[in-house]
Parts: sequence; C-alpha cells; structure tokens
Amino acid sequence: MNVSVNWLRELVPGLDASPEELAERFSMAAAAVEGFEVVGAGLDEIVVARVLEVERHPNADRLSLCVVDAGGEEPIDVVCGAPVIVQGALYPYVPVGATLPAGFTIEARKIRGEMSHGMLCSEIELKLGRDKSGIMRLPDGLEPGTPLVDVLGLPDVRLGLDLNPNRVDLACHKGVAREFVGDGVGLTERDFGATWRAEWADGDAEAAGAGVTVRIEAPDRCSRYLGAVVRGVEVGPSPAWLAGRLLAVGGRPINNVVDATNYVLLECNQPLHAFDLSTLTGAEVKVRAASAGEELETLDGETRKLGPADTVIADRDRAIALAGVMGGADTEVTGETVDVLIECAAFDPLSVRKTARTTGLSTDASYRFERGIDETAQEEALTRCVELILAIAGGEADPVGVRAGATPIGLEDVAVRATRVRQVLGLDLDDDEIAGLLEPIGFIRRGGTAGGGGALYGVPGWRGDVTREIDLVEEVARRFGYDNFPDEPRRFRPSVVPEHPGFKRAERIRRLLTGRGMLEARSLSFVPADHHGNVASVAVPNPLSAEESYLRSAMVPVLLRRLEHNYSRGRRDVRLFEVGTVFDTVALEPNANGGTSQRDAGLERYHEESRLGLVLTGSREPAHWDETSADLDLWDLKSLAEDVASGLCDGVVEACLTGVDSRADALGGAWLGTESYRMVVDGQTVGVAGAVNAGAVDSPPWAARAWALELDLAAVTSRGVAEYVSLSPYPAVRRDLAITVPFSVPFADVEDALRETGSGLLEAVRLFDVYEGTEVEDGRRSLGWAFRFRADDRTLTDEDVEAEMSAFSAVLEKRFDARIRTS
Amino acid sequence: MTGTAASLLERLAQLEGDGLAAIGNAGNGEALEDARVAYLGRNGVLADAMGAIGTVEPERRPAVGQRANAVKQALSVALEAASTALAAADADADHPTIDLTLPGRRTWRGGVHPVTRVIDEICEIFGDMGFTRVQGPEIETTWYNFTALNISLDHPAADMMDTFYLDDGVILRTHTSPMQARVMEASEPPVRVLVPGLAYRRDSFDPSHAPAFEQIEGLAVDEGVDFVEFRSAIQTFVRRFFGVDTKSRFRPSFYPFTEPSAEVDVTCSVCHGSGCSTCKRTGWITIMGSGMVDPAVFEAVGYDPERYTGYAFGMGPARIAMVRHGIPDMRLLYEGDTAFLEQFA
Repeated sequence: MNVSVNWLRELVPGLDASPEELAERFSMAAAAVEGFEVVGAGLDEIVVARVLEVERHPNADRLSLCVVDAGGEEPIDVVCGAPVIVQGALYPYVPVGATLPAGFTIEARKIRGEMSHGMLCSEIELKLGRDKSGIMRLPDGLEPGTPLVDVLGLPDVRLGLDLNPNRVDLACHKGVAREFVGDGVGLTERDFGATWRAEWADGDAEAAGAGVTVRIEAPDRCSRYLGAVVRGVEVGPSPAWLAGRLLAVGGRPINNVVDATNYVLLECNQPLHAFDLSTLTGAEVKVRAASAGEELETLDGETRKLGPADTVIADRDRAIALAGVMGGADTEVTGETVDVLIECAAFDPLSVRKTARTTGLSTDASYRFERGIDETAQEEALTRCVELILAIAGGEADPVGVRAGATPIGLEDVAVRATRVRQVLGLDLDDDEIAGLLEPIGFIRRGGTAGGGGALYGVPGWRGDVTREIDLVEEVARRFGYDNFPDEPRRFRPSVVPEHPGFKRAERIRRLLTGRGMLEARSLSFVPADHHGNVASVAVPNPLSAEESYLRSAMVPVLLRRLEHNYSRGRRDVRLFEVGTVFDTVALEPNANGGTSQRDAGLERYHEESRLGLVLTGSREPAHWDETSADLDLWDLKSLAEDVASGLCDGVVEACLTGVDSRADALGGAWLGTESYRMVVDGQTVGVAGAVNAGAVDSPPWAARAWALELDLAAVTSRGVAEYVSLSPYPAVRRDLAITVPFSVPFADVEDALRETGSGLLEAVRLFDVYEGTEVEDGRRSLGWAFRFRADDRTLTDEDVEAEMSAFSAVLEKRFDARIRTS
Repeated sequence: MTGTAASLLERLAQLEGDGLAAIGNAGNGEALEDARVAYLGRNGVLADAMGAIGTVEPERRPAVGQRANAVKQALSVALEAASTALAAADADADHPTIDLTLPGRRTWRGGVHPVTRVIDEICEIFGDMGFTRVQGPEIETTWYNFTALNISLDHPAADMMDTFYLDDGVILRTHTSPMQARVMEASEPPVRVLVPGLAYRRDSFDPSHAPAFEQIEGLAVDEGVDFVEFRSAIQTFVRRFFGVDTKSRFRPSFYPFTEPSAEVDVTCSVCHGSGCSTCKRTGWITIMGSGMVDPAVFEAVGYDPERYTGYAFGMGPARIAMVRHGIPDMRLLYEGDTAFLEQFA
C-alpha cells in the first residue's frame, strides 16, 4: 500500500513533520514503512506545452514533426517518436538544456535531418509511472509554460506501507491520517465543489430507482448493494491534481470516471466500480452465484471460466463483473460512455477470497473485501464518488440512490478494564488515561467504568478487527508507544519444563566431530523419491519440484549429494556431518487409532527420527612439506564411529559383520559398500558404517574412496556418570604374547576371551601387531598382545603373572586353535 | 691528594660499566669497532684514565694501576666474545640450522555450521534466563500448527504461511510455534521454553528464502508476566547477543497468536544505524516477531487467561547468521561446500 505525503498533509492540516519523521512515527505506532520514494524530483524545468501543429517526419515514418507552444514567445520545433500525438493537446515538454530524472541533458540536435529543440516525454521518462507506451497526455485547460510539478502537485513522497493483515483500515489515506490525528486536529477532506444528497430507494433483496433495479440473489455473499446513476458525463483525462495524486501513489490515471472511483478507494477504503449504463441489458444489476462454466471477460482482457463458488454481478442476460474482484470488459467506462452506474457494495470476505484465489486475481478491491470493509461508511463513499464525478466529468446525478440489503448495525461495543491493562502491559493507567489514548483514533467512550467489567467503548466502523478486550489492550500499548514502556528488569523465573536430552547429545557430537576435523553441514529435508539408492517414503503432495517431492529417510544420501557438489567444485578433501531429522511412514493395523488424541490425528501414520550422518573422503591430514599424507581409510571411519558412539552411550559398540536386520536396512541403503558393518549396542543395531559404494556417488577420477556412517541418535542412550576406580600405588608388570590363529577367528572374539580369562590383576589388554605372511603358517595370522597387570595391595611377583599368562595360553589354544609364537 | 685516587677509581668503575654496556649493545661489527675505539683505542677513555694515574699520590698508584689493567682486561675479553658471537650470527644467517618460519604440521580444522553457532548462542542466553529447550514433531497437525494458535485458514493472515500439506489435517509445520500448545498442554506454569528446529514454507529457494529453515520459538508463561517483563527479557537478549551498544526498538505488528504483537529491530551491525544495503538503508534489522500470548491460545490449551499471561517470540537464525557474517545468499548455507564451511570453522 502506497500513500502520498502531500495527500496526508491535505487531510491533516498542520502536519508539518518531515516525510522521514512521518515514516518513522508511523512505523513505530502502526505499521512498517518499507518504501520511501520521492516522486517528481528533478522535474523543475519541465513545463506544459501545447502541440500547435503535427506532421509526419519527411525522412522517418515513425517520427513526427511538432510545433509546440511552451509558453515562450516563439513556437518551438520538436521531433517526437510517439505513435499518437493530438494536435491541440497538452504534453510535458523538456526544454533544451534541461535534465531528465534519469540524468541526461537535452540538447538541440538534428534528428534525420530535422532540428529538434527539446522533447515531449512519457511517464516513464519522468519517473512518474510505468507507462512507456506513449507521451503523457495532460488534461486540457492548462496554461502552456506552467511548470509540470505545479500542475501535478509534485514533488511528493510516496511511502510504501507493509500492512499487517488485521489493519486493512490503514489501506487508505484517511486511515493513515487518523494515526496522525492528535487532539484538536480533525481530518480535512478535499472539497470537490459539487454536492449530491441521495434520496434512497431502499429494499431488502431488491431496490429500484434512478432507472435501474438492483437485486441481491445471493445474500450470503453480498450483504448490501448501493448504486447511483450519473447521466451525461464527459469522459476524458482527469484534472491534473487528481492525475498527480494517482501518479504519486504509483497508480495510473485512466479517465476521469474510473480515476474518481480509484481516488475514493484510496481516500476512504471503499472499493467502487463504474459501469457504462448503456451496456447493461434490462437496466438491472443483480448479485448472484456464477453458473457452472459461465464465462466473463474481465478488465484485464482475460476470459475467465467461472463456477458456482464465484460471485458475479450480472445484468438481465450475463455476468458483467467478478464481484469484489474485477469489473468486466463489456461494461467498462470508455470515451463513448455517457451514463454511468456507480456500485458500492459489501461482499463476503470468504467468497471474495475464494474467487481471488481461484482466478489468481489479487486486486485493490479484493484485498479490501477479503479483510473487511466499513459497511457503515458506504453511503458516504458513494456520495464522495458521485460528487467527484460531477465535479470533473460533469453530467447530472439522479437524485435517487438505490440501496438493497440490510442496514448495517455497526460493530459491537468492547469493554476494557484498567486492571487488565495493568496485568497484561504492566502500565498503571486509569480509565481516563486509557480513554485519552483510544479516543483520538475513533473509539467512543460510552460512559464511566461499568462495575468490574471495565469501561465500554464504541468501535468505529473501520476497526472490524477490534472485537475483544485484548484488542483494546493492544491499542492502548500501541498508542502509549512500545518504546515508551519503562525499562524495569524483572525477577528470574524458573521453568518447570525439562530440557529435551537430544540437544545435549547433539552438542556432544558436534564438539567431538569438529574437534576431529569434521565440518557440520545443514541441508533441507527434501529429496527426490530415489535418492542415491535410498527410497524415501513420505511424499510431499505439493512439492516445489520433483527433486524435492519427498522427505529424506536417511542422512547419508543427503550428504552424498553434498559430496557431489564439492566434487563439482574440484574439492577432494571433504569431511561433512549433519544431525537431522529423517522421516518414514508407519504401516497401521486396521482400526488401530493408537490412542492418539483428536488433536494428533493423522500423525500416527508418520515416524520421525533424529540421526547423525557422516561422510568423509580425501587426505587424512592437510598436505605438509615434511611428509605426505595417506588417504582416509576404514580405520579412520571406525575410529570416528567408536568415538561418537562411546561418547554417547554406556554400552560397548560392537562392529557386527554378519547378519542383516531390518533396522540396518532402514539405516543404510544402496550406498553401503562391501567394507561395511553394523554398529551394535547390547544386541541392538544402532547404526551402519563403511565404504560408500562406487555406484552411489558420481565421483571424478581423482576422488579418493569415500566413507560414511549413519547413526540413530535415539538408540544410543545418554551416558551415565563415570565411577571412580581406585588407583594402585604398586608398580605394574608388562608382558607380551604373540599367537597365530586361523583367519576365521575375529580379533574381537580373542579380545573378549582374554578379558574374560584375566583375573582382577589384568589392568589392560592391547593389540600391538597384526601380521600375515611368510613368517606364519598358511591360513593363519599372527596377533601380538600386550598386557599390563597390577594389584591394589602388593607388588606382583613373577608367579602371579605367569599364572595369568598360562591361563591365557590355555584358553586361546583350546578355544581358537591358537598357537603360541616364541620369539 | 687522596681525593685523586678515589675519584680515578670511581671513574674507572663508571668507565668499565659503560664500556661493557656499549660492547654488549653493539649489534654489528661496525658498532663494536666504534665501542673498541671509544674505550680501548689509543685516544680512548681508558687510555685517558690511565694517563691520569701519574697524578695519583705515589703510594696509591699500584692499586689504581692494577684496577685500570683489570678494567682493560675485562673490556678486551668482552670485546672478543662479542666479536665471536657476531661472527657466529653472520655465519648462521648464511647457513641456518633450522628455519622456524616453516609451517607447522596441521590437522584438519573442523567447525560447527554458522547457523548452529547462532542457535547455540541464542539458546545459551535465554538458557541463562531460565529457558529450557524442547523439541517437537516437524510433521504436525493443522490443529497444533494453526487452530491452537488462533490462526484461521480462511483469514488472509494465513497467506503469510504457504503450507506443504502431507495429508488431511497433517502438514509440515510452518513454524516451531505449535510446540507452544504442546508444552502448555503437558505442563502447568511457570513455563519457559525454547523450541529450536526446522520449519517449512512453500517458498522457492532463492537468495533470501528457503522452503525449509531454522526457527527458534520462545515462550514464557506465568502469573504476572507483563509487557514490561517481555521487553526487558528481549532487551537483555539483544545486548548480550549483539553487543551492549546495540539499540533495539519494538514496532507494532500482527500475529494471530500474540496480542499486543511486536516486531523487534536492532541497530544494523554493518553500518551501526547510518544506513546500508544490509538494512535497506533504514539503519535497523528486524530480528524477531513477538508479543504477549493471545488469550485465545490459553483457552485452546486449557490455561486460565484471566490468571496467566506470557510472551512468545520467534527468530530466524539463518537470517541472523547471514547478517552477522555478511553472507549474501541463503542458499550458500545449505550447499555443504567445504570451502564455505571452513570460513566459519
């Protein structure tokens, strides 16, 4: 919504603050001012000129030679490129030596052999509007040589308001002006110099008068319909002041009748429409639902196919306007129009909204009807419009106005208690102080405090958003000024709501992984149906694109897409992780309602889960001059996996190589390569990790192998508190043991056996060597173990330690067919 | 003339100290040679002092002479040592044994995402004010997302949130505000919670919009929570997050679930209020939508609106991160480009 500062100043005499100050005050008191534009700046040298003669340029078909009177003593020759130039008409003229707002200076020059002294210009060249179709025709009756800015009431400042949906009353100049009205200042509407006082011909569903009949056939969609007839108008350009107003707010002058309806809309928020009366069949208008398939060509030249949900204005035979949205092309006011019917109606917000949505038309009228108009001010608006037409287009208004529908009852009174103001706002205001804030913006105090119920206020017709006490409390706060509230720190208050453990868990993961050189990524949740071989199950029925038509079901595929992005930028070292939500559908038992409340109904079909995804590839370390770094391998991945899992849970994370389960399928996907394993805690699969299948990622030839991990964060329970183990003051004894075992024996099984066998004296077991090759028998490998023994209460003897070592040898030989190597 | 011996000894002591200092401070051969000439040269100060020994009473002459020789010896030794050290330094400069300017061995530098950092800082500050973090479903019902929050889908206010529908009555939440209702249904006041999480709106992915974006919702409800307390909490946050000199202002706004509603602006961190492209020449950056909880929300969750009051706010950490780091395009945040992420590591 654009407003003109000059227009505001006309409505509020004495409003002498600068436009910047006005914008600031309005932002702080009512709604954000997002645009600030000077209109008509740099036009000082441009004057009104009359075209005395016009003829075709001898050497160019598209150019004309004009002789213009720009108020000087001599007529001036100007070459002009506009398609239509009317002899005797007035246009803006830029004299030689003057500069256009775009910055270039006009010089006398030869155009195709003919001298041109200055130029006639279009709206766009003057930065007054968007119309570049031709030069800007000015209304007749102006004196050549008059500065254009004086004629148009410029320069002006256009403020762009970003209105909140509840404050449609601010979508007009009177509404904005009201916010600036202080005590003792009223609004001064422009005096058009014509008067019309209607004699109303009333009716409920139907009213007749002034030679027309108005019928409301769909009362649920239209509560009122007012009409007035003006006969014998002379349609033409609007007077300069009116054109200037419309240009100042970014509008486009069309003709005096249409401009009059637009002016009144911008002045007092009532959408009006003018029909060419002679085009109506049956001298009647009715408001009815469109019939299925009914067609209507709207003013924008589009033919619209309508349905019963749409509301139309119709004459005897056909639809002539889309109610509350846009007029029809057949009945529009043109240069030939003589008699006009002016409509001022109240259409149902929801039905206008529906039609605006289905047709994709959002107009000045639909915007206001959707948000609610002031039904008590329709007579006033129609009168204003008729008077303006009489003043600028002549003609004679029929003394009778037609008025169908129910008389509006006005808005309900609302009470506000000073105690409630104190409770919500923390302001100690009494009833009189509250009234002092509310009355200047139109609320009417209906007497004193009514018991405990508070003071009652009449709500002005334009404030349909005020229906409850809290709405008035907000008005009090707004009028008091949000930034005038006292700065008082209040006491600390605790929260009874426990914190979700997932946040700390995610923090721990981030700290751990970033400390190990990983970069956190964030990605959007949308994926295509098949995503790096991972099939998503939650479809988005109205996606932005096919690439975004599902919600992700796993994190790694999303990160693999990010990996490809990095490859495309030539990056070989990529280490990304993300903590995020994945989605899945849940198959429901027939008739199972899951005991969910009505408020949760539908959610039982979906499952959300918090996951960690991690992808890494490239060098283990940044290149250094002293040595070259190997590429990251499976053991780097395993170490990250073990760190993350043991940082999160109490249980031991096992790498499970055999067996598949449905959980692993859900966590993994087609990306999982051959060197991969399940991460298992207490027998439960909590994650998958391993090499990324070459086929799952589009990788360039220079890429290193990629590794990935996906972990279910809910499955790894939070870590308990570490318990102190007493530190022995006695020395430790160290022993090594080298064994060979068949390849089929996993390291982890041997380690478990050693730990089980060791007594309380065994303090630590560590694998220090793995060897396969000529030194050991075929089909076997050598594992070198280092042990550390220590007692709490004494220094260990050789006998103590030998006993332990023999026990190890015995168990290993028996259980794993181990052979002890002697070095 | 005992005074002569004493004063000459004093002169020698002074001379020794000054000479050693001059030799020690000589940073190159030239300066060292200058010091030698000044102290040990034929016309140097020591020669001058030695020449004065003849004026000392005869019985003190040997002692003074001895002292003078000791000074000469000390200066000569120091001169020799300094000369050797300078020569060694020259040699080192030609053939360094180690170049300490070579880069050290590095490991990869990891880092959290700039948006995460913003979220964590916001949560920490409100955490200090007693807020706890809660988490809610991203797939939500229209009841929690709209109805409970006093949002009518038939009202133009709902146009602000173009919605991804999954099913009848089931959507991707358009804000993290539905947790307001879920939290209040589950607990009695005092409630002070933060809801960091993703929200979804059907905006195309462009430099300033993303169809999925982070949001932090805050809610504080108790007896006696008023607009003054709301402003004070937000101002405390602004001063800690943006800096003590940052000013904030509250402007009227509209949200169906707060009334009075306010947008909060802070002075632009780029131009400090003088106007720049980041703040669209206003000097202010809008950082949150907020307000006092609408009584209709309390009614929806079964709180007594006459007894309890509260405030709520919502912030977009991605936008704040963009302003903080001067990131021109929101899409950069979600590309996972390591060269981008490393800048904030």
